[in-house]
Amino acid sequence: MVRQFYLVIKMRESIIMKIHYGTALGAVVLVAVHILMRMTQNFGQSLQYQNVIANYHFLPYALMLEVVLILLSVHGFNGLRVILLELKQGSSYEKMVNYGSIVAMAILIAYGSRTILMAGMGIS
Amino acid sequence: MAVVTEPKSSDELITIEKTSDQLNTITLRIARSNPSEGHETTYSEFKVPVKKWTTVLEAILYVKQNLDHAVAVRYSCRQASCGSCGMKINGKPSLACYTKVSELHSNVITVEPMNNFPIIRDLAVDFKQLISNHKKMKPFIIREDSEVTPESKEFSQTPKDLEKFLQFSYCIKCGLCNSACPTMATDTSFIGPQGLAQAYRYVADNRDKGKEDRLKIVDDSHGIWRCHFAGSCSHVCPKGVDPAMAIQLLRGYLLGFQK
Repeated sequence: MVRQFYLVIKMRESIIMKIHYGTALGAVVLVAVHILMRMTQNFGQSLQYQNVIANYHFLPYALMLEVVLILLSVHGFNGLRVILLELKQGSSYEKMVNYGSIVAMAILIAYGSRTILMAGMGIS
Repeated sequence: MAVVTEPKSSDELITIEKTSDQLNTITLRIARSNPSEGHETTYSEFKVPVKKWTTVLEAILYVKQNLDHAVAVRYSCRQASCGSCGMKINGKPSLACYTKVSELHSNVITVEPMNNFPIIRDLAVDFKQLISNHKKMKPFIIREDSEVTPESKEFSQTPKDLEKFLQFSYCIKCGLCNSACPTMATDTSFIGPQGLAQAYRYVADNRDKGKEDRLKIVDDSHGIWRCHFAGSCSHVCPKGVDPAMAIQLLRGYLLGFQK
């Protein structure tokens, strides 16, 4: 686990940016599918409690939401990392930003996955 | 703010030709600062006689010769070859020797040191980082064999091969592109358009074998990926080099679109 974390930190910038562009493209496609699914009923209905819970109970859709969560977290936190690296420079600051964005990304994915899992299992 | 007027006698006109009967007078505002002594930037105004072909550098040298000897400015060739006299002229990074006063369409011309460089004094800036980044890119042909031995032939290169990098070899290291770069304004560790364009110049050269080395150098957290493609570097280049395009082409190598 520690070794994997180290490998992520030491990843070449070109690989990180390939992931960045890839997650952006993936998120655009899946969010478009998500929006199209919402359009099968009117907006008010789609936000009703039963309809929202039904999304999580439908396994393929819940999996898609999980993938969207991962794509957006990876893309978003890497984007934030890049902005922060451009804002200020310095070895310890850059380390803090790199580690911080990975930890924040992991926390968001864990918390979002927990929501998807609990709603899917009917625990609220 | 020091205000100095033009000399009364035409004999004092050294730089600007005396024979013209069409001398106009412009106000030249020169940014003055000396950070090593903690002086903040002030502007000195000078009345300078100019003709339609007078360059901004000539106007500055007129001031140095006739009105204020203490103005600090770096210059050398006066023909846009050495890249020494880069400065902000009416807000735009330009070469002073390559910018005519008449093309600015203003009677007031403000000259300031380039952005994104530490100021030494007045208009002279420190090129240490630019030169160091340029050197980091290994700006020379890397390969095991040599074309200068008696047995060897010169490395062949077709006109098509040459076209791939020719415009990037016109770089005179004047630093205008780095001065105009918005990323360099916040990211002091950024390699900059000059260095990246030079990296591409050698990567695209078919005689060179150092592509992998150079791609590793630019593939850094403050390297090629921090370019926002604003394009201002290409806009200000006095030699017609397009660093923004070089950066995109170099990215192609890193993303695997180019071999």
